[in-house]
Amino acid sequence: MENMVNVFLMGKKYEVPASLTIMGAMEYAGYQLVRGCGCRNGFCGACATIYRIKGERELHACLACQTQVQENMYIATLPFFPLEKQVYDIEEVKPTEQIMMQLYPEIYSCIGCNACTKSCTQELNVMQYIAYAQRGEYEKCAEESFDCVMCGVCSSRCPAGISHPQVALLARRLNGKYIAPKAEHLEHRVEEIQHGDFNSLIENLMQKPIDELKELYNTREIEK
Amino acid sequence: MYSGEILKSMKKVEAARAKNVQLEPRRMTAEEKDTLLATYHPDYKQDQFAVLQVGPNKGEKVPTELAALLQANSRVNPDKLDLSKVDYDVDVLVIGGGGAGSSAAIEADEAGAKVMIVTKLRIGDANTMMAEGGIQAADKPNDSPAIHYLDAMGGGHFTNKPELLSKLVLEAPSAIQWLNNLGVEFDKAPDGTMITTHGGGTSRKRMHAAKDYSGAEIMRTLRDEVLNRQIPVVDFTAAIELILDEQGKAAGAVLLNMETQEIKIARAKTVIIATGGAGRLHYQGFPTSNHYGATADGLILGYRAGAKLLYADTLQYHPTGVAYPEQIFGALVTEKVRSVGAMLINSEGEAFMHPLETRDVSAASIIRECSTNGKGVHTGNGGVGVWLDTPMIEMKGGAGTIEKRIPAMMRMFAKYDIDIRKVPILVYPTLHYQNGGLEITPDGMTGIENLFVAGEAVGGIHGRNRLMGNSLLDIIVFGRSAGKNAAAKSHDVKVGELTLSHVKKFAKEMEEAGIHSEIVSPKLLPDYRRPRTTL
Repeated sequence: MENMVNVFLMGKKYEVPASLTIMGAMEYAGYQLVRGCGCRNGFCGACATIYRIKGERELHACLACQTQVQENMYIATLPFFPLEKQVYDIEEVKPTEQIMMQLYPEIYSCIGCNACTKSCTQELNVMQYIAYAQRGEYEKCAEESFDCVMCGVCSSRCPAGISHPQVALLARRLNGKYIAPKAEHLEHRVEEIQHGDFNSLIENLMQKPIDELKELYNTREIEK
Repeated sequence: MYSGEILKSMKKVEAARAKNVQLEPRRMTAEEKDTLLATYHPDYKQDQFAVLQVGPNKGEKVPTELAALLQANSRVNPDKLDLSKVDYDVDVLVIGGGGAGSSAAIEADEAGAKVMIVTKLRIGDANTMMAEGGIQAADKPNDSPAIHYLDAMGGGHFTNKPELLSKLVLEAPSAIQWLNNLGVEFDKAPDGTMITTHGGGTSRKRMHAAKDYSGAEIMRTLRDEVLNRQIPVVDFTAAIELILDEQGKAAGAVLLNMETQEIKIARAKTVIIATGGAGRLHYQGFPTSNHYGATADGLILGYRAGAKLLYADTLQYHPTGVAYPEQIFGALVTEKVRSVGAMLINSEGEAFMHPLETRDVSAASIIRECSTNGKGVHTGNGGVGVWLDTPMIEMKGGAGTIEKRIPAMMRMFAKYDIDIRKVPILVYPTLHYQNGGLEITPDGMTGIENLFVAGEAVGGIHGRNRLMGNSLLDIIVFGRSAGKNAAAKSHDVKVGELTLSHVKKFAKEMEEAGIHSEIVSPKLLPDYRRPRTTL
């Protein structure tokens, strides 16, 4: 017999194999998931989940697809959280401090409680990246927040009503578009292609019989 | 952490590491690869395929699981549906909210069309979000689109449609530029030079990445752009049948609210299928690296309406899915782990192959190592795998390389007390990508007028095996292109009377062929519930 544990899905007790993830436990119990399940691999943030081990004070947050069940786990899924996303035109905004003040002024109401960081399912230093955003240091904010999956747990715990993942996303787009250095070789290559510089090379390949293509392929030089 | 047989084998890997790290195993010859594939690749297991008896590809073979869905019953009764009551009326209807669908929607919107996205889960719940390794583009001085073309053509066993592949490689640099201009962050050197690496089968280092969150970085940016443009996204709503007009042109879709089961009718001048892949059909019982909704819905919709499939019999098994621990069994271990220096090592500590062969060859080689060669590591519960020696990465690239370049992998294993900087990991092939799909012309249109396809639902771009980094690329190139072309085409379209006669016709053909199916399709979602006594 498999090693079993008791978990409480939305408060209701189920006995499930101890080896399962929380998501696997829900399916074992009989839930056909529609909400709260996306990539099942820790990238999409659909399965944000809050749990507490019976008798303990501490509240934990996790991704259900990435977390193994434990005995006496009280589980509440958070398949949606109302984050506030501001609409903007990426071509019009500029990477200045003012843009955060305009779009997400609530970040300046941060009281420094650090609940966001404590709850982050990706173990990011959320409060720190918000601090960078406050100061207009978008490059640092982008780096610190990079692994964010936008599950929204941080925002659910924030007394200031900050939508951290949206703030971070704006910072990353500003960084990617305006702050990070331009790739000159990329721009150069795009111009060459627009100029038609490679058309005849490609057309030549497209017309080659397969045997010739195979020969070219099998003897091609491979960069070290 | 590891114990028992796994730990014993790991000691051999550790003992051989200093020697192995110096090696560059030779690459296989073309003949060796052909024999290997024919013997060990799942695509060659004839008993796992069925011949289609109805529809545009009648007489051709596809995986049995796909055949069962292609030759199944519609979810709707055409006689009971009132198509005259239109709930959504748009120029361009995009079915699917992944990278291809979002790119298409952005470009259609840019072109001034009235566009709407429907997606059965949320926008961004897609394989795009999970693509870790990177995106190819020949933008370095020692590279060219022609070399990219040859790499992809060889990787695809010379079966790629040349006119689709040339579009892919020629528009690759501008795709990267478009993403960068939207704010996608790429790994760059301080002077702005893109940091690029090899992928399996590339002859130049042209893999652009955003750490190992490449797809997630692209997807979250595209999603943000869709929302900024205020393009309507009808989420938790699946398309369950295409609607044609009386001339047989695509004219909309029947939609199903996944939660309330309410049916809605969408009318559109042009329709773009961007529904992605099929990993959740678990072909041949393989685990999958795909997202929850990867059930080949677009192929079913298109096929029933008369669109032709191309290479639907070829799937990609990613060589390195997680073999251990079981909680993440089948999850993707990005090819980038090998790009940055990890080698494949068998249970005896031997580097049994070059780590950057193409995916089909690598997968077949690992299967051979674990079967005939008997040099797999048994993981308990009947599982088996080979080692991917991650500590080599920092021996080659220096301390901190793993955290900097593959943080998602480090995090995924750390949750199970496996520190990939210090110990190697166990991998085995996992169902990863649908090489085939609906056949299109370079403008993105199928044989059905006004029906476009983009992304993983397309067949032909990659031939019978896709190279790493060409999928993130194709969703952008062909997604954008489908969006532009569908928007342009919509100017001249006057939608006729909506009809589901093709659904009736397909059912009649099935009946005439003597096929009686209990299954309804598209599948929409897999069912992982434990078998229980239910009402």
